[in-house]
Amino acid sequence: MGYPTQYRYTKDHEWIETKGDTATIGITDYAQHELGDVVFVELPAAGARLEAGKTFSSVESVKAVSEIYAPASGQVVEANAVLQNKPETINSDPHGGGWLVKVKLANPAEVNSLMDAAAYEAYIEEKKKEASA
Amino acid sequence: MRYLPKSPAERQEMLAALGAKSIEELFSSIPEAYRLKKPLNLPGPYSEAEVVKYFEERATENSSGYTSLLGAGVYSHLRSVVTDAILQRGEFLTSYTPYQAEISQGTLQAIFEFQTLMCQLTGQEVANASMYDGSTATTEAVLMAERMTGRRRVLAARSLHPEYRDVLRTYAKNSGLRVEEISYTPSGALDEKGLKAALREDVCAVVVQSPNFFGSIEGLGALAELAHASGALLVVAVTEALSLGVMRPPVEADIVAMEGQSFGLAPSYGGPYVGVIASKEKFVRQMPGRLAGQTHDLEGRRGFVLTLATREQHIRREKATSNICTNQALCALAATVHLSLLGKEGIREMAEQNVAKARFALSLLEKIPGVKRSFTAPFFNEFAVELPRSVKIVNAELLKSKIIGPYVLGAAYPELTKHALVCVTETTSRAEIERFAGALKAALESPF
Amino acid sequence: MSDKIKVARRHTNRSEVLIFEKSSPGKRAFELPPLDVPAVNAGEALGEFRRAEGVEGFPEVSEIEVIRHFTRLSTWNYAIDLGMYPLGSCTMKYNPRVNEFVARLAGIATEHPYQPQELSQGCLKILRQLEKCLLEITGMDAITLQPAAGAQGELTGLLLIRAYHQRNGNPRKKVLIPDSAHGTNPATAVIAGYEVENIKSNADGQVDIAKLREQVTGDVAALMLTNPSTLGIFEQQIPEIAEILHAKGALLYMDGANMNALAGITRPGELGVDVMHLNLHKTFSTPHGGGGPGAGPVAVRKILEPFLPVPVLVEKEGGRLALDCNRKESVGRVRAFVGNFGVLVRALAYILAYGPGVRQATEDAVLNANYIRKHLEGAFDLPYTRPSMHEVVFSDAIQKRNGVNTMDIAKRLIDYGFHPYTTAFPLIVSGALMIEPTESESKEECDYFIEAMKAIAEEAEKNPELVKTAPHTTRVRRLDEVAAARKPVLRWKPSDKRSEAAD
Repeated sequence: MGYPTQYRYTKDHEWIETKGDTATIGITDYAQHELGDVVFVELPAAGARLEAGKTFSSVESVKAVSEIYAPASGQVVEANAVLQNKPETINSDPHGGGWLVKVKLANPAEVNSLMDAAAYEAYIEEKKKEASA
Repeated sequence: MRYLPKSPAERQEMLAALGAKSIEELFSSIPEAYRLKKPLNLPGPYSEAEVVKYFEERATENSSGYTSLLGAGVYSHLRSVVTDAILQRGEFLTSYTPYQAEISQGTLQAIFEFQTLMCQLTGQEVANASMYDGSTATTEAVLMAERMTGRRRVLAARSLHPEYRDVLRTYAKNSGLRVEEISYTPSGALDEKGLKAALREDVCAVVVQSPNFFGSIEGLGALAELAHASGALLVVAVTEALSLGVMRPPVEADIVAMEGQSFGLAPSYGGPYVGVIASKEKFVRQMPGRLAGQTHDLEGRRGFVLTLATREQHIRREKATSNICTNQALCALAATVHLSLLGKEGIREMAEQNVAKARFALSLLEKIPGVKRSFTAPFFNEFAVELPRSVKIVNAELLKSKIIGPYVLGAAYPELTKHALVCVTETTSRAEIERFAGALKAALESPF
Repeated sequence: MSDKIKVARRHTNRSEVLIFEKSSPGKRAFELPPLDVPAVNAGEALGEFRRAEGVEGFPEVSEIEVIRHFTRLSTWNYAIDLGMYPLGSCTMKYNPRVNEFVARLAGIATEHPYQPQELSQGCLKILRQLEKCLLEITGMDAITLQPAAGAQGELTGLLLIRAYHQRNGNPRKKVLIPDSAHGTNPATAVIAGYEVENIKSNADGQVDIAKLREQVTGDVAALMLTNPSTLGIFEQQIPEIAEILHAKGALLYMDGANMNALAGITRPGELGVDVMHLNLHKTFSTPHGGGGPGAGPVAVRKILEPFLPVPVLVEKEGGRLALDCNRKESVGRVRAFVGNFGVLVRALAYILAYGPGVRQATEDAVLNANYIRKHLEGAFDLPYTRPSMHEVVFSDAIQKRNGVNTMDIAKRLIDYGFHPYTTAFPLIVSGALMIEPTESESKEECDYFIEAMKAIAEEAEKNPELVKTAPHTTRVRRLDEVAAARKPVLRWKPSDKRSEAAD
């Protein structure tokens, strides 16, 4: 699976797609692969505040829980209701239908310091090399 | 030593394989200064017969031959020998926690059945695989309510078992919870006015026990309404689980914390018993303790696994719903076997015998001059009476007739001096009840 | 010919359904003696509180069906009585049967916790004797037998630590926990109201002393140390660790889960430990029973004695024993009544059987672990090479080259007739195989285990698919844990369709 070029990425494997001052946030294909079959997603309610670098959600597989860190600060406009009954959407469509939250950004410029698709792909190549070393 | 399956020759062989001359070498990583130079000062070694003799001697130094009127959170009920026959099977007794599902299906199916029985009894939607006991289950239920509401005040009935309140306070002190007591009315039930006055938007849980410590049954519907109106959860503790054989289940509760000792577990001087938390399905991810879930294998066969483990300490570590690891699995199995034996008819019949015997006892006691019932609310198998003289003195007299008298309420409730908590179960014979009444009358009449 | 051979339907003893699925109205397994007092109409007596109908869905079966049902279920379990559990940190040793016998004696099993103390001297003597034995074994000054399990013991220990610091004016904020620790350690610290700060292990898997010096500040209440560590390695610098902590007024908590490596050989109280818990269902042979009950006594140095939970066992004039609840500085109760008394009885029976000879059990446990380590070194990667005590930790690094990981190896071990070893931790070893045989295994059983593990190592190389799809011989194959977690089914309902169980 390729990494959409219009998204930005974090070191903790979150992606963020911005449109003006609103954004959609999810986890990457690499992250869902590491986690395994997702069984449950804990999402904040609409109106909740996100702080860049702090956890706002968690994604569970059978044997592990992953904390999800906010790529940018803002306020939750909508949480992905589909994930309540179909958490597996994160596995099948991590960059699309598996989105976690839509937010109104506090400071859209924050996103510019994140990795672009090429940088992220290089980053995960490094990670894969480390793992098999 | 009979528990060690090695001959001296085999030990030598194994040491040789390691290239070691003596076992001492294997402990070289412990600094010399800290290695013991002489044997520990312990009694023994005892042969099997000597071990048995030691405990048989201790057994003669306890209460054999006495009739007891004690309840107060630990109940004497009939147990079938079939329960031990099952429990003593090595495959149950000596098996490990069922993390490896393929070779633990026996334990897992039994847990699933236990969870089902607990739901059926309490009228709740899910139940866990056990907590340590009723007191810690009640505390964990409160912590669960705190997690769910984010609030830090707890209103606990004064008529909740004194030791359960103690445990709650110990845990609360360290998690910043504030526990306040709500008193009871002359009926013996919770003071609803007092509860209403104390309820604010900062209460996470209202904790009541039913039947409560005095034996009185609480009207849960009204209490639930009050609690919910303020956004608090209703936690109902049950210490005498057999009451549910004949009483309507606490469906109004958000969380039920039950002690299952009445189901096939001997009093055993305080433990091991079995606690359970039962609640609504929508709260399941906040529940502490293990859960067994039904699933299928890759060939479609039904099987069971421990599930929702991400709540637990071994995965969630700091953020776990509880630190509980080892629970009371074998005790839960005892309860499962016991309830399967009692069955639908048996549990009702046993509970009805308790109702009948307790009322018979009360009728005899009320005929004794000066003795009156302390409260008016309906009760199951326990009730409080007020005596015209000190319960301690009366009990000292009763001991001379080899009767262990009722629980002295004044110890935990200074406002109830001269009140005693009488418990009568299906194991108390008519003759014993009559003897108790007679001895009590005599004790009240005796000169000093 | 083949169409004349009918497919035989296996007897239900191979596919035992749920007890509820065997029920039919009117069957009974238990009868009560007749009521010897006047019957009472429950509806009148209880009024609105009466249960209208019987408990819906409750089983209705006969006694023989109960016996058969649970006997059949039991045959699907592995157990110590059948063979070795190489589970690291669990100490799955033999559960002596005399322990079961004495715990059930009339006069022991029958006693009510509120009966007069003068009629409970037998029970209190048992408690006192166990206290003395455990203090002798640990070298500590005082002890509580109240906690119901190791995790509760850990919590009690931390509450004692908090009370101590509180009395000195500052409860402090943090507890240091090595990254190799069991999950109950951080979970417990949080419940006790402390923040958890991880301390990294050094290249030898031991506490990094330099890091410890940095991390121990006036904000640190204690270090929770497991010794030997979860790698099975003795923390040689424990006296220095204690010094560093004590210099800053912090305390040393020892998780005693691995006491099976130390009993009779060394005493934590002499190593600088301030407070520790024991797992009676590990070192002291009380049965695991599918997950408990256990007991987690907490032993302390004198400085922590005033804070022990109530009740405390005291000796009065004439040698009479009593339970004292009048302790002003006590942390309170951690559970109702005196403790898991039945478990305490079993632990005492175990200790009495061994006496000072308990050292021999420790020696055999360490011998077995090292014997297994010696024979599996080479076949499996050994990430930490310091001497092992009662357990050894390998990793799946070699097998991973063929795509086989520790879970796969563990599942394949089942086909060889063993329960898997511990795979879940320590977290500092990726793909850990934590193996603890205990002293209860004969040389023969150890040799079988070694043979099996070596065979699997070979299979991982020559036929990895076989290992990755194990187990092959169990009555259920790999169960769908994902489905169980996504849509949990946690109870049977009368409306459930009766399904054909395995086989």
